[in-house]
Amino acid sequence: MIRATVLVSGDPQSLGRGAEAVKLAIEAELAFYGLDKEIEVGFGGGTTRAEMLPTVSIYPEGVVYGPVRPTDGAFIVEEHLYKGRIVEHLLVPPDALVSGRLASLPAGKEGKRYAEKRIVLRRVGVIDPYNIEDYVAHDGYFALGQAVTTMTPAEVLNVVRESGLQGRGGAGFPTGLKWSFVASRPEPVRYVVCNADESEPGTFKDRMILEGDPHAVLEGMALAGYAVGAHEGWIYIRGEYVLSKERLERAIRQAEELGVLGDNIMGSGFSFHIHVHAGAGAYVCGEETALLESMEGKRGIPRIRPPYPTVYGYHGMPTVVNNVETLANVPPIILNGAAWYRTLGTKRCPGTKVYTIMGDVQNTGVIEMPMGVTLREVIEIYGGGMKEGKTFKAAQTGGSSGSIIPPDFLDTPMDYASMAEKGAGLGSGALLICGNDTCIVDLASVLLRFFKAESCGKCTPCRIGTTRLLETFNRLRLGQGKAEDLAVLESVAQNMFKTSFCGLGQAAPTPVLTALRFFRDEIAAHLDGHCPAGVCAMHPVTEAPKTRHQYV
Amino acid sequence: MPESVNVEHIIEKYGGDREALVEILRDVSQAAGYVTPEAIATIAQRLGLPQSQVHSVASFYSLISLKPQGKHVIRFCQDAPCHVAGGREIWETLERELGIPFGTTTADGKWTLLTTSCIGACSVGPVMLVDDTIYGNLTPDRVREILAQVGGEA
Repeated sequence: MIRATVLVSGDPQSLGRGAEAVKLAIEAELAFYGLDKEIEVGFGGGTTRAEMLPTVSIYPEGVVYGPVRPTDGAFIVEEHLYKGRIVEHLLVPPDALVSGRLASLPAGKEGKRYAEKRIVLRRVGVIDPYNIEDYVAHDGYFALGQAVTTMTPAEVLNVVRESGLQGRGGAGFPTGLKWSFVASRPEPVRYVVCNADESEPGTFKDRMILEGDPHAVLEGMALAGYAVGAHEGWIYIRGEYVLSKERLERAIRQAEELGVLGDNIMGSGFSFHIHVHAGAGAYVCGEETALLESMEGKRGIPRIRPPYPTVYGYHGMPTVVNNVETLANVPPIILNGAAWYRTLGTKRCPGTKVYTIMGDVQNTGVIEMPMGVTLREVIEIYGGGMKEGKTFKAAQTGGSSGSIIPPDFLDTPMDYASMAEKGAGLGSGALLICGNDTCIVDLASVLLRFFKAESCGKCTPCRIGTTRLLETFNRLRLGQGKAEDLAVLESVAQNMFKTSFCGLGQAAPTPVLTALRFFRDEIAAHLDGHCPAGVCAMHPVTEAPKTRHQYV
Repeated sequence: MPESVNVEHIIEKYGGDREALVEILRDVSQAAGYVTPEAIATIAQRLGLPQSQVHSVASFYSLISLKPQGKHVIRFCQDAPCHVAGGREIWETLERELGIPFGTTTADGKWTLLTTSCIGACSVGPVMLVDDTIYGNLTPDRVREILAQVGGEA
């Protein structure tokens, strides 16, 4: 008889902060008190702010401790599990936990209160990702059951369309519309592919979902399959996400054993099989056609679009390619209806968005909020403000291919439409907050180094463009810029944007174009051999930049 | 390549499926440290593909190596979030401590020092992967500790 369950957060962040040792200490202490037969110990997902990790959650009480050191782990066993007393001083403060994080809004929006709203992450860190029963106990597979037994595929598709759900991978394409393209194709064989090749620097929201709640993604895929008439689904997961892959594979096995995946799901006659395909380290494979190429065992080089994967996808068949977060949104939408979903977020962009927040803020980590919350709110409420002694200078939204935005964006509602209107993008949800000691030229060099390394080399604008942009920024960093450099940057970046073959090449110049628009003075100052932030080491005359193995 | 790495066995694991080429190459690279020309020949023959194609795929992906690696492989993340969190100092510490530039292996074959693109642990940047373990919140002192600890193990 198991009377309690102890979950140690087991995501890489937690493991990096000693979760393994904490788990061992807890197990050893349980054995010491002879409690190891009645209390089970496992790894869960990470749930809270990074500095609270690793956490230890104890059920049925639902108490969360963190950050827990191995010695704390032993103490918790003695006090909480052996003596039955909650260890108050080790509790994670409630404001760092799921929901409950309330705050007033700044001028103009007084009276309203927003809470962090968890739809996608609501089970992450709360359930045991290795146990399908935990998922089912939290409404898991209810949506799928409801769909396959009481709804037609067209009805499922319609709910998703009416919910206004948009792709959460970065582009924000309406999910229902994408599905309807595939559903209306004449080919009898269709596929659902989950894009879990999350490689955008600064983005790890999908990993949190995959590690903490893998079944949510499987259920979303099965619903997609039902809606578009597919019987086969693939998860393309980046090679670096070893733990996510393991948990997905385990989840698929459990779901098949339970009859909620595989042949004849819940006796409905609908069959859907899911396979996992791992990548091997290539950013470009997150581009949907490169991903399909890689799945077919080839170099991850993009295909020409159109035809889009909805027409000519995996094996040349109509294929839905959706991001992890998008798919995880589907079960709650089916369960609660489109109208419910539209009560969240903004009118044009319903729902929540999972953000990763990092850089010069007090608290880094993952948060999920309704669309339309502003960057200022994110920094002040969720990020706990800027780091000691720093003021906000810029943020990069949406990962390395995202926009670099200045302080006057702080009060712009963050949703796809509002950001686009101001000439910036929301992208994948990464929020890199930069303080006043960040140099935009230095930052741009780092970003371009990434794109130069990750350009697949297929098309000239991207292959040569990334190199030319990096060279130019490196010159500027050394104070060796030439008078025409700003014009060169503008022209190369524009050409890449307009003529690159795939989304990678078209998006790579985004930080350059936005930096030129919002931080032109700072870039121009480097032409005069002056780095306003005092970051760039200027060597105007003598020292030529070394070409190999230099940092940047 | 170590005797224990059975390329045939890895191909079998994927049912000899051509579409699993990327995964097969990655498994071989991981098990043996790198993909030898012999392994490429075996894979090509078993999957019925030209060797040039197998090599072309192998050379595309960063987790598949065509060169021998050191006993421990360090992959340091050099992307923007880690950079903003102080990556430059860690880069310099790694080069100084190991006495080699990035992209190379120490003369004794103990360490290979590589960069990697984002590994999705940005909230604890700067980070590096040492073999399969992620180390975050790096400081120069912490790097020295990790190197001593990993290097000290047999």
